[in-house]
Amino acid sequence: MTTATLHDVRLVGAQTNRNYINDEYGALSWLLTKDHKRIAILYLISVSVMFVLGGFFAMMMRIELLTPEGDLLTSDTYNKFFTMHGVVMIFFFLIPAIPAVLGNFILPIQLGAKDLAFPKINLLSWYLYMAAAIIGLVVIITGGVDTGWTFYTPFSTQYSNTHVFGTTLAGFIAGFSSILTGLNFIVTIHRMRAPGLTWYRLPLFVWAMYATSVVMLLATPVLAITLTMLMIERTIGVGFFDPALGGDPVLYQHMFWFYSHPAVYIMILPAMGVASDVVAAFTRKKIFGYRFVAFSSLAIAFLGFLVWAHHLFVAGISVYSAMIFSFLSFFVAVPSAIKVFNWTATLYRASVSWQTPMLYILGFIGLFTIGGVTGLFLASIGLDIHVTDTYFVVAHFHYVMVGGTVMAYMAGLHYWWPKITGKMYPEWWARLAALLVFVGFNLTFFPQFILGYVGMPRRYHAYAPEFQVLNVLSTAGASVLAVGYILPLIYLVWSIWYGRPAGRNPWGAVGLEWATSSPPPKENFHETPVVTWDAYDYPAMMKAMGETQNV
Amino acid sequence: MSDLALGNEPHHHHPFLQHHFEDLGQQHEASTLGMWMFLCTEILFFGGILCAYWIYRVMYPEAWAVAAGLQNKLYGGINTIVLIISSLTMALAVRAAQVGSRIWQLIMLFATLVFGSIFLVVKGIEYSIHWKEGLFPGSHFTWHEHPAVAQKVQLFMCFYWGMTGLHALHMIIGAGLLLWIIGRAWRNDFGPEYYAPVEIMGLYWHFVDIVWIFLFPFLYLIHGVHHG
Repeated sequence: MTTATLHDVRLVGAQTNRNYINDEYGALSWLLTKDHKRIAILYLISVSVMFVLGGFFAMMMRIELLTPEGDLLTSDTYNKFFTMHGVVMIFFFLIPAIPAVLGNFILPIQLGAKDLAFPKINLLSWYLYMAAAIIGLVVIITGGVDTGWTFYTPFSTQYSNTHVFGTTLAGFIAGFSSILTGLNFIVTIHRMRAPGLTWYRLPLFVWAMYATSVVMLLATPVLAITLTMLMIERTIGVGFFDPALGGDPVLYQHMFWFYSHPAVYIMILPAMGVASDVVAAFTRKKIFGYRFVAFSSLAIAFLGFLVWAHHLFVAGISVYSAMIFSFLSFFVAVPSAIKVFNWTATLYRASVSWQTPMLYILGFIGLFTIGGVTGLFLASIGLDIHVTDTYFVVAHFHYVMVGGTVMAYMAGLHYWWPKITGKMYPEWWARLAALLVFVGFNLTFFPQFILGYVGMPRRYHAYAPEFQVLNVLSTAGASVLAVGYILPLIYLVWSIWYGRPAGRNPWGAVGLEWATSSPPPKENFHETPVVTWDAYDYPAMMKAMGETQNV
Repeated sequence: MSDLALGNEPHHHHPFLQHHFEDLGQQHEASTLGMWMFLCTEILFFGGILCAYWIYRVMYPEAWAVAAGLQNKLYGGINTIVLIISSLTMALAVRAAQVGSRIWQLIMLFATLVFGSIFLVVKGIEYSIHWKEGLFPGSHFTWHEHPAVAQKVQLFMCFYWGMTGLHALHMIIGAGLLLWIIGRAWRNDFGPEYYAPVEIMGLYWHFVDIVWIFLFPFLYLIHGVHHG
């Protein structure tokens, strides 16, 4: 086994300017690559396109909702737009975004590995994702789908005459893409860690990816079989979920949410992992209560499987099962709160650097807390019945998904951008964008809590005139949010050519990814590193990397 | 291949060692763990439809008993025995690979393929009989022997076709993988140092057999419970 110190690794890295980007040229060298870093770039481009598409549907809805009358979109078109917004954002952006882009790029490097365990399967994941995305785009171009992203039966099986089959097929295929990504991550974390890199020395991003992968592996197949049964029912007219033929539509809801509630944790757990790494990097501290944060990821993954029926409180389940699922849903708050408290405790009396990733993560902590606490409102059976299918629910899950996951994705993208591209993004513009996103987000979604609480139902293109003021605020916020998202699209691309070179470790952060050159060489490290320090152990890591800490 | 000589022990590069692994041991452990993880996914995949089957079985015990009585226990029993034997031959093929016996690998893998094919042929015969009896759900469903439960029998047949169909699809994929493994065994790729592909093929094959061990009683043998 090698005994190269990281100091040597750095020197070797500095002597060569070969990296994963300029190692080979040509479109085929990207489309047939087995390098996890290049596959991450392929994913980055694909999920960005899907994010813009999903954002377009959202903007059209917000413009429609400027006025109480349904004047821009017909009710049918509006149904299609909120469905396609949900399908595109959930299956094609939120679920793959952090794992398949940032996880793919960073995870093997954080483990000191040359690649994921199964590079060909990693590439296959991307092709499955693309196949699903292309089917999804064909569906959108040829008329769309209007069932809501949940595909509830019997509407989806019997009454909707839009492209339900194509959309569910796309969801099915995208599911296999995420199963294979999760499988690859689990095996890589178990079998590919560098010498000395024990479980408690892993960055918390890795723990979060591990918990996410377990959920991907165990929940997604249930979605696959559920959508298969739905497709069979719709195609040959049999009655798995059709009451007229002896089936039960509530069973569909149970099976669907058995996947789709854990899927919420597929979306938020990676965000929590990014938050832990960024908080540590910009406070120059060990995360407070490392093991609690690590195991709370696993606890969330486990408890996430036991709460699905809180989506069914009004679907006719028995009051006793509703009470049990309500109790279990409250229980998820415990590990989530442990994380929030530990991040806060890490920030306490730290010298915090206010760079863009940290700004996004501070936003993330606050917004996720609001999203989580309003989740407790919804876990209470009585209050849930009051606000079911209102904008309160819409606001709640956007606080978690956009305020949580998208904020953390932006944080992670900025944090690791210098590593991915070797270039710095323009800090001033990035801070401006982070501020716009924070302000725009709150302006968009906070009014929706009030709207929902006073009774505005979701999924209608027209509404009562007294709701207009809050809706105008929300649409104004969405416009600010759009600017906040378009800015990074411009300056990040700009920085690839014009950004100043980042150097190996621009943040003075610890973690193996900061020990190799930026962009990393094709094999990540010129020699396998040996790890002798705990995660986020600044003095030990800085010593190993042969530099002095200058905070 | 990595051109770095790692460490001081002699580090010969096996032709099937992929560049991102340190050694064949790590590669072997990664492949088998990967297959186990995939099988976890498969358990949840079949588990979903089995759970739905179970809920309707509790709701409609009469119809389930009648419908199970329509299945041909002889064909189902033959297929069960055939699959169990194929699991034995598959396990022996893994053993043959571990001890590096090319000829026994080929014999056992080929035997596994033959038994798998017998299963699929028998399953095909059953399917065609059901089709003629009007037991395919949907507009082809013309079975009305017990009108009181006919609709629920159709629901049972949805599960029958769905579950055995998914199982048969896994068998067909398994047969395809067997052909590929037979090709590699023919080229004498496997031996005591490197037999992971045969082993993970075996894991997959045993899993598909175990699914059938659940399907057979659930779909064929519950008849006697309510209708003696």
